[in-house]
Amino acid sequence: MAKVDLAQFHRAFFDESNEGLAAMEAALLALDAGSDDGELIHTIFRAAHSIKGGAATFGFADVAAFTHVAESLLEEVRSGRRAIDAAAVELLLRSVDVVRVMLERSAAGIAAADAESEALRSALAAMVGGAVVATVGPASAAVAGVAGWDVTFRPFDYLLKTGNEPLRMFRELTALGRLETLANLDALPSLVAMDAESAYTSWQLTLHGDIPRAKVDAVFDWVDGDCELAVTERKSASPAVSSTTPAAATPNGPRAVREVAANPDAQSIRVGTEKIDLLINMVGELVITQSMLSQFADGVDAAGLEQFRAGLAMLARNTRELQESVMGIRMLPISHVFNRFPRLVRDLSQKLDKKVSLDLRGETTELDKSVLEKIGDPLVHLVRNAIDHGFESTARRREAGKNETGTLRLEAFHRGGSIVVEVADDGAGLNREAIIGKAIERGLLSSGDGLSDDDVAELIFAPGFSTAAATTDLSGRGVGMDVVRRNVNDLGGSVAIRSVTGKGTTFTITLPLTLAIIDGLTASVAGETYIVPLVSIIESVQIQADGVKSVAGGGELFRFRDAWLPIVRIADAFGCAGSRRGIGEGIVIVVEGEGARLGLFVDELIGQQQAVVKSLEANYRRVSGISGATILADGAVALIVDIAGLVRQQSRRKAA
Amino acid sequence: MAKILAVDDSASMRSMVAFTLRGAGHDVEEAENGQLAVEAAKGRKFDLVLADVNMPVMDGIAMVRELRGLAEYKGVPILMLTTESHPERKQEGKAAGATGWLVKPFDPDQLLATVGRVLG
Amino acid sequence: MNDAANQAMDATQYLTVNLANEEYGVDILAVREIRGWTPVTRIPQAPSYVLGVLNLRGAIVPVLDLRLRFGLVREEYTATTVTVIVAVAGRNFGVVVDAVSDVVDVEAAAVRPVPDMGTAVDTEYLKGLTSVGERMVLLLDVDRLLQPQDAQMLEAALPAAADVKAVA
Repeated sequence: MAKVDLAQFHRAFFDESNEGLAAMEAALLALDAGSDDGELIHTIFRAAHSIKGGAATFGFADVAAFTHVAESLLEEVRSGRRAIDAAAVELLLRSVDVVRVMLERSAAGIAAADAESEALRSALAAMVGGAVVATVGPASAAVAGVAGWDVTFRPFDYLLKTGNEPLRMFRELTALGRLETLANLDALPSLVAMDAESAYTSWQLTLHGDIPRAKVDAVFDWVDGDCELAVTERKSASPAVSSTTPAAATPNGPRAVREVAANPDAQSIRVGTEKIDLLINMVGELVITQSMLSQFADGVDAAGLEQFRAGLAMLARNTRELQESVMGIRMLPISHVFNRFPRLVRDLSQKLDKKVSLDLRGETTELDKSVLEKIGDPLVHLVRNAIDHGFESTARRREAGKNETGTLRLEAFHRGGSIVVEVADDGAGLNREAIIGKAIERGLLSSGDGLSDDDVAELIFAPGFSTAAATTDLSGRGVGMDVVRRNVNDLGGSVAIRSVTGKGTTFTITLPLTLAIIDGLTASVAGETYIVPLVSIIESVQIQADGVKSVAGGGELFRFRDAWLPIVRIADAFGCAGSRRGIGEGIVIVVEGEGARLGLFVDELIGQQQAVVKSLEANYRRVSGISGATILADGAVALIVDIAGLVRQQSRRKAA
Repeated sequence: MAKILAVDDSASMRSMVAFTLRGAGHDVEEAENGQLAVEAAKGRKFDLVLADVNMPVMDGIAMVRELRGLAEYKGVPILMLTTESHPERKQEGKAAGATGWLVKPFDPDQLLATVGRVLG
Repeated sequence: MNDAANQAMDATQYLTVNLANEEYGVDILAVREIRGWTPVTRIPQAPSYVLGVLNLRGAIVPVLDLRLRFGLVREEYTATTVTVIVAVAGRNFGVVVDAVSDVVDVEAAAVRPVPDMGTAVDTEYLKGLTSVGERMVLLLDVDRLLQPQDAQMLEAALPAAADVKAVA
C-alpha cells in the first residue's frame, strides 16, 4: 500500500486551527471583560490542545512546541490550580497572534519560530512555573541475550468487557518468537453459572527467543491493572509444555443491525469554492437559457401559447429561486469580518491611551464570500484611522463636554440591492484647515475657497495624502485612504465620507450583494450593446441640445437637480465608430460612483436585464472603463461599463 | 475488512485517520464528538472505535462509558487517542472501559500497526 | 528502446492552417476547438489585430486576426474562414485563419530553424520550419501570439499605476 501523504490534510488543519484561534480569542476577550462562564476556559483549552495535536501529527514541530507550553498554562487554569488573571490573558492573547503567524509561515513552508515566538514561549513557561516534564518513553534496557520468558497471565473477570482479547495478545507474542501456551481452567464454573462475557481462564505462557523485555511488556501494556501478570526470564531450556488451545470466552455473536433512526442535527460540510463557482456558473447559464426561451416565446403565435407562457413564468420563478439559493451558499454573515474588531479596538485604544467603546450592529448581515474576504483590510484601516486620528484624547473630550469614552460604531445593513457598512466615530471630525493646507502643500489645490465640506472630505482620498504630523505605525505605512477607496472600487462598491467638526466622522461603504450577477440597463451605442449596472443609476433623462453647456477643453455639462454634471459620451470613451450624435438625439443616463455623478450619453435604451458577470481578464486582460462582460440572450457578448472607472477618468480629465 | 468508527473534533485528524484506514481496506465512518459517535454506534455495529479524548458536547471518556452501556459494544475494542502530557487520561479511559490507547502524535504507520494489532 | 519507438516519441502532431498562401502548423496539444467564423464583440483600446471577444460556452475569449497579427493586409472572410481556439498557459483565445488543412506528424529531427528572409511573417512568432512531403510548413509559436507587445497594452493592463501617475 502506498505511503500516506500527510500534506493533503494540511489545509484542513490550517483552516480548523485558524477557526480554533478565533474561538480562543473571543473566549479570552470575554474572560477579560469579566465573564465567569465556566465553559470558556474549556473552549480555550480544547482549541490549544487540538492545534498542538494536529501540529505534532502533521510535522509542524515549532507550532507544537509553542502551543504545548500554552496548553500547560491552560491546564493549570482548567484544573483549578491557577486562577485566570489579566497577565495570563494578555500572554494568551499574544500567543494567539503568534500562533496565527506561525501557522501562516508553516503553510508557506518556511520556519515558523522566531525571536518573538521564543520570547513569548519563555514567558509562558515562566508563568507555568515548574518546568513541564515530558513523560519519558519506556527505556529499553540493554538486556544480555535471554533464552526466553515465562509468563503467567491471569486476566480479571471483566477483561473481555474492555475489548481486550487474550487470543489477540498471544498472537502478538507469537510474532516475537515461538510461543507455548498452557491454559488453566480451574476457575471455570459450570455452564449454567458461566457468564459468557467474563474471563475465567488463566495461562502459563512460554516465549522462546532472545526478545527484549520491553517488547513483551508492550503486549500487555493495555491490560496493566486488569490482570495478574508475572514475567520472568528463562535461564535454560525447560521441558516442553503441552500447548492447549485456550478456551477463550468470546463476546456475543453478531446481532442484527438496527435500522438507523437517528436524524442528526443540521451539520455543516466543507465544500471547495471551486464547486460552488461551478454551480454559480451553471445557474448563470440557466438564467441565460431561460431568458432566451422567453424571447423566443415572444415571437411564437399559436394556440396553447398561454400554457407555454405559464410554463416559462414558472421556469423563471424556479430559476430565480435556484439562483438565490445558490448565491446564498456563498453568503456569509459579516460577523466573520467584524469579529476581529473587539480585539483590535481593545489593543489600539490601550496603546494610544484612549477610551473607545465598540458598537457592532448588523453582524448577521450576509454578503458574498469573495466580497467578505476583501472588505476586511479597508475596514481595518478605517477603524485604525478613527482611533488614531478621529478620537480626541480623553482630556480634550472632557474639556469639550463629551463622554470620556468615545463610541466607534460599525454597522452593516442591506439597502436596495447593496450592502452598506458604516464606520462612524463621535470624535473631532475632519479638520478642514489642516486638510486644505495639506492639499495645497501637495499641489492638489491652489486655495480652499469655495470648497464645500464634502469637497474637502473627498480630498483625503487623493493618493499619498496624510494629515498626520508623523505617520504613525498604526495607520501609516504607506497605506492611504486612496488605497481604501481603490480596494472598495475593485469590489464594485464605493466609499463616501461625511463629517461634522467637533461631532464626528462617518465613512459609508456601499458594496454589491454579489459580484457574480448584476441587474443592468442595456443600452445601444453606435450599434454596440453596453450594460450599465442598475445600482449606479440615478435616473435616465433626455436633454435638449440647448441644455448643454460647453466648457474649455471640449467638455460638456448638463443641469441635473441643481447641479451641473459632466457628460461622458460612451462612443468617445470606448472609441466606437460612427458619426457624432447631437445630445438631443440620444439618452443621458445619470450615474453615481465614488461620490461623484455624471451623465453617460448613449444612443438609446434597449431594456433591463440580469447580467451574469463574466471576466475579461481570465482570457484577455483588464480593459479600462469596462468591469466585465456578459452574454446576451442571443449568445452575443456585451460589455459592462465600469462606473467608478469612468468617474476616475473624468476627474483626471478635469484636473488636467 | 473491518468497520471502524473514527471520532475526533479535529477534521484534519479525522481525515488523516479515515484516509489511512480506508487505504488499508477498512470501512471507516467519522464522528465529530462523543455524542454523534454514540448515535452512529447505535445504528451500526463497528468492529473498532478510535476516539480522541478532548471533544465538545461529549468527550471521549464519557463516550466510552456510554458505549460500554450498549449491549453490542461490551467487548468491542475502543482505543483512546491520548497525548504524552496527560498520562492520567489513559487510566481514566481504562476505568471507563477503554481497551487501550494510541499516543499522539502518531503517524499513519503507527496507526495501522496498532489497528492491526487490535483487529488481529 | 529501439529507434522506431524513440522516433515516434519525438514526433509532435501539428494542425496545419492556411494563411495568405502559406501553411502554418499549430501544436495540436494547444488546439482546443475549431469553429467557423462568427461575429465578435469589439473591445475598446485593443490592438488592431484583436478583433474582439466571443462567447465560448460561457467564457469570454478574445479573437485575433492572424494576418493583422503578422502585419499583413486583412482580407474578407469567406465560407472557409475558420477560428482556431487555442489554449496557452490557462488562457483561451481564438485565431482567425483562411482555412484549416489536416493534422501532420513532425519529428523533432525534421524541424529546421527559420531563415532570416523569405517569409512574410516575423520570425519571432515561429518555432521552426519543416517539410511535409512537398509542402513547407512554418511552425507557429502560439505562446507568443497573445503577448503584451506594445506599451499601450501594458499601460492599460495596470490602471492603478496610471491613476497614481496622473494625479502626482
